[in-house]
Amino acid sequence: MSLPPSYPDLAFPDERAAFHGGLRYAFGAPAIAIGASFLGFGALVRESGLSLWHGLISTATTWALPGQVAMVELYAVGAGLVAIALAVGASATRLLPMVLTLLPLMRQPGRPRWHYYAASHLIALTGWAVTMRLGPGLPPPQRLPFFLGFTLILWLTTLAGTAIGYLLPDVLPTAVTLALVFLTPLYFTLLFMEDLRGKRKPVALACGALLGPPLFLLSPDWSLILTGLLGGSLAYVLTRKVPS
Amino acid sequence: MSEAVQQDWLWPLLVLLVSALATYAWRGLGVLLSGRINPNSALFTWLAAVAYALVAGLITRMIVMPIGPLEETPLIARLAAAGLCIGVYALTQRMLLAILVGGGTLAIWLAVG
Repeated sequence: MSLPPSYPDLAFPDERAAFHGGLRYAFGAPAIAIGASFLGFGALVRESGLSLWHGLISTATTWALPGQVAMVELYAVGAGLVAIALAVGASATRLLPMVLTLLPLMRQPGRPRWHYYAASHLIALTGWAVTMRLGPGLPPPQRLPFFLGFTLILWLTTLAGTAIGYLLPDVLPTAVTLALVFLTPLYFTLLFMEDLRGKRKPVALACGALLGPPLFLLSPDWSLILTGLLGGSLAYVLTRKVPS
Repeated sequence: MSEAVQQDWLWPLLVLLVSALATYAWRGLGVLLSGRINPNSALFTWLAAVAYALVAGLITRMIVMPIGPLEETPLIARLAAAGLCIGVYALTQRMLLAILVGGGTLAIWLAVG
């Protein structure tokens, strides 16, 4: 329970211990912040006339909250299948640069390829950010087990969050519900504060933070990918000569 | 035909399936393409910069101009909550405490204000 939150040199005796370390690392702030955001999703599923099972299947199989919210909202207004696929697919574009940067860290000669295809289902913002930071400090064979342990707990927590949000709507005062939803951006903010210690990451984070809101006003649909491409390329040019 | 389908029990499941596939497509494509990426290459460095800029833009937007129920909350309350959260974290290095202080700040602000 007392793993240090920030230090990149977590070493485990073996892969099993790395998996358990990942499980333990998810308890506390990560599980609470991520689970809380799915309470709102559960409530939304109920309001849209879908069943609890639909909500649980969505969380289990899509596991990317913005896309799930888009799916439920479009379903509720009777949108067609193509429109839903395009909207959900567009919101999931952000996962591509995450997979492209996390997978090379977790690859290990001799591991069957389907392991990576299966594990990639669990790649989302939190597991990506934590493993990108802690992974390089682990021996290569321990990185995938650590990631799996960490994200497995988050995955289970989001299922629980979906169910609780569906079954117990309106139990809490609005102020508390809104505060729970706000835990996620707060947690994300702290998550990336750790990365301000590096040399390149702070520049990329600053470029994205500055470009994000104005680009969102310009084009809500494309703002994220534009922010990534423009802000990231700018940061890359600015820090090209800096040793990582 | 499509109206008949939409009233069916099958329709929500179809929507769920398509949403899951549209999301996993990016993850699967990432795995497929990542095999050729060397973590020590310039391409990897650029991709990492893109990913970090993207998430920073996302998080800033979630605080400064959120979509959904948080839209109704005042910006100053969200900024105060985030500022306190960062302050508590900087002083104590305890994430859970920090986010609960931040969330508590927002809840109290909304309840009183």
